[in-house]
Amino acid sequence: MSARARVVLQVLPLTAVLLAFFVVPILFVLAVSFFHYDDFGVVPAFSFENYADVLSEHLTLDLYLSTVRFAAIVWFFTLLIGFWVAYFLVFHVRNQLVAIGLFLVCTVPFWTSNIIRMISWLPLLGKEGLINRLLINMHLINRPLEFLLFSDFAVVVCYVHLFTIFMIVPLFNSMSRIDRALFEAAMDAGMSRLQTVLFVVVPLVKSGIVLGSIFVITLVMGDFYVVKVMSGGGHASVVSAMFDDISVLLFPHAAANAVFLIIIVLMMVGLILRAVDVRKELVDQR
Amino acid sequence: MQFLYRAAIDLESPKQNARRASDAQNFTRVVRTWTLALCSHQPGVQMSKRETRRRNTINASGHTPVSRRKLLKGAAALGAAAGAGVIGAPTIWAQEIKDIELRHIGVSYSVVKAVGDQAAKDLGFKVSMQNLDTSAAITRFVTQPESVDIPDLEGWQTKVAVARGILQGIEVKRIKEFDNILPIFTKGEYEGKKVSRQGISPYEAMYVESKESTKIVEGVHDWMTFLPQVYNADSMGYRPDLIGRKITEWKELFNPEFKGKAAILDVPNIGIMDAALALESRGDVTYNNKGNMSRAEIDKTIDALIALKKQGHFRATWTTFDQSVELMAAGEITIQSMWSPAVAAVRVKGIPCVYAPVNAKGGKEGYRGWCNGMGLARHLTGKKLDAAYEYLNWYYSGWQGAFVARYGYYSPVPKTAAKFMTGNEYGYWYDGKPATEEIKDPYGVIMEKPGAVRDGGSIVDRFTNISCWNTVMDENQYMSKRWNEFKSA
Repeated sequence: MSARARVVLQVLPLTAVLLAFFVVPILFVLAVSFFHYDDFGVVPAFSFENYADVLSEHLTLDLYLSTVRFAAIVWFFTLLIGFWVAYFLVFHVRNQLVAIGLFLVCTVPFWTSNIIRMISWLPLLGKEGLINRLLINMHLINRPLEFLLFSDFAVVVCYVHLFTIFMIVPLFNSMSRIDRALFEAAMDAGMSRLQTVLFVVVPLVKSGIVLGSIFVITLVMGDFYVVKVMSGGGHASVVSAMFDDISVLLFPHAAANAVFLIIIVLMMVGLILRAVDVRKELVDQR
Repeated sequence: MQFLYRAAIDLESPKQNARRASDAQNFTRVVRTWTLALCSHQPGVQMSKRETRRRNTINASGHTPVSRRKLLKGAAALGAAAGAGVIGAPTIWAQEIKDIELRHIGVSYSVVKAVGDQAAKDLGFKVSMQNLDTSAAITRFVTQPESVDIPDLEGWQTKVAVARGILQGIEVKRIKEFDNILPIFTKGEYEGKKVSRQGISPYEAMYVESKESTKIVEGVHDWMTFLPQVYNADSMGYRPDLIGRKITEWKELFNPEFKGKAAILDVPNIGIMDAALALESRGDVTYNNKGNMSRAEIDKTIDALIALKKQGHFRATWTTFDQSVELMAAGEITIQSMWSPAVAAVRVKGIPCVYAPVNAKGGKEGYRGWCNGMGLARHLTGKKLDAAYEYLNWYYSGWQGAFVARYGYYSPVPKTAAKFMTGNEYGYWYDGKPATEEIKDPYGVIMEKPGAVRDGGSIVDRFTNISCWNTVMDENQYMSKRWNEFKSA
């Protein structure tokens, strides 16, 4: 068997899966996004009216602004927390076995479903929830803090809780590859601890930051359930608007919206990857 | 969590100790209710799966479900006994039908496993009940019509399904109890009064001219589009202990008194009608047809909602049955648009909750009605079609009517449902009379004590006071867009 044939064989299964379950459905969505529709049916056609609708609606802008805002806030907090958790695990825990053990502990909550982890916030944050009761019983407040639940705050807390792990994993991975001798060198060169982190560690884990950011941002952009529940239905997101379309059979409009979302997210990912060449970073570090 | 909670209450002064026990109970309750609230993560409107499963393990009379084997054995006997009894016994030979399986698909509050199991037991063929949320259901009917035998439809879904040609007409002659169906459905009138035509009333979507027709027509004809099986009138629920007075008008939903303590239903088609009822009640807007608004009417309604939201009027919105129950039970809100069984579910938790009677007055107020019915898929033929007719007729034989009555819904043929209910039950649920004994739900849980009266009174009281019906508007896409503007405001 020639080398070329072997490569083709190796690539074939993944290609087949991607074609069948990713490319074909996306093409289908793309096709539907050009269809006409009326009250009772979808009519195959080639028209840009759905895109015109999506792009001319003020709602689209509002939805994207609101979703991107959440993505930015959540990205900031997950990066901040994820970075220090990974840093602690890699550099402060001396025993590698303990470090890996602690790393696994980070993943324990992920043995349950997203939904369970999300709803576990409700009894904590509610008007009669744990935090409000604690504060009232400590006489720190007289009436329950309502911003805790069904608010932007609740949405962000929940996202950060759900998605920080996606930042920790790639950062942990990148940091583990850093040669410890660099720390000694930095110290010898007279760097402070903070300087070492900023000028030695951060540049070396760029690829981890990028991968983590892509995970977190695409997850937030594509979510609608966390927003729906934690904001008490007070917020819509790009995807929840699509869901409302589909519930009354406005498939072409939803499809156009979906294609638009894919383009926006691809552009965001493209921008991130432009900032850091992940492939080069990964190869260089070997 | 319990540990932290103990720590929290230990900080209280000693004289508050007495409160501890009830606090702890309260807290446990809140945790439990919230946890249950969202276990069904289906975004559509439905009961939680856990709840449904629990309910499905016992059948209505509290008997354990009959085993498959016993059921099949019984089928032959049943076939032989055709025509006897009140259960609408099959008229086709049991041997031939026992391999038939009917797939009845629809929302969880209408397509109920316990009902399907009983039908299978009585009829001798298989019935599989599958639950999808409203949007997933209609999507499936339209895109995979072969995968369903009995699509469960609301009026607006019927309109879509008929136009798409996925249904076949139901022959009126073959529905035994047709003459006993309440005229709400068959003639569009009730107790001598015309029933509201705002929105899509069941009558409006009821008839076609032939079996193959794809056009719904006005007036009574020989072919039906769908057979109504369960319906009710929706209104608001409120906490009488926290509000301290009676609520009988929709405008209370927007009353500044309840700022930050109100919630509205977040299913755009229905939520906007609840909002419209409230605005109409407040005298802000007069609608030509709340169920089919013009763009200007939609704008006025959504603008009012956005203004209210900016003032912080809404604590939340809800989409599932359980969410509405938990919002109310957890004390997050004191008034919201709500369904009758959800109000009952709050009361079963020991928390006072009232279903607001919003009888029409001065051209305002009234309930928002809804009705689910069964269609016949176009691909049904031969024995399977015969079995489907048996199944449809079985729904009007009374067992199902009694079952749904016990959680507050109605049968289109109350006459037969009455045979499966005690006088006390029928008096309470249908006639609005005080209960003479305890009232139990279909699964045997005690709901009300003797002397209790159903909120909203009798069926006549409710259905002569329908203001509008669940619908999808002509300006649906515009409405959906504006509703999302309200959501993202």
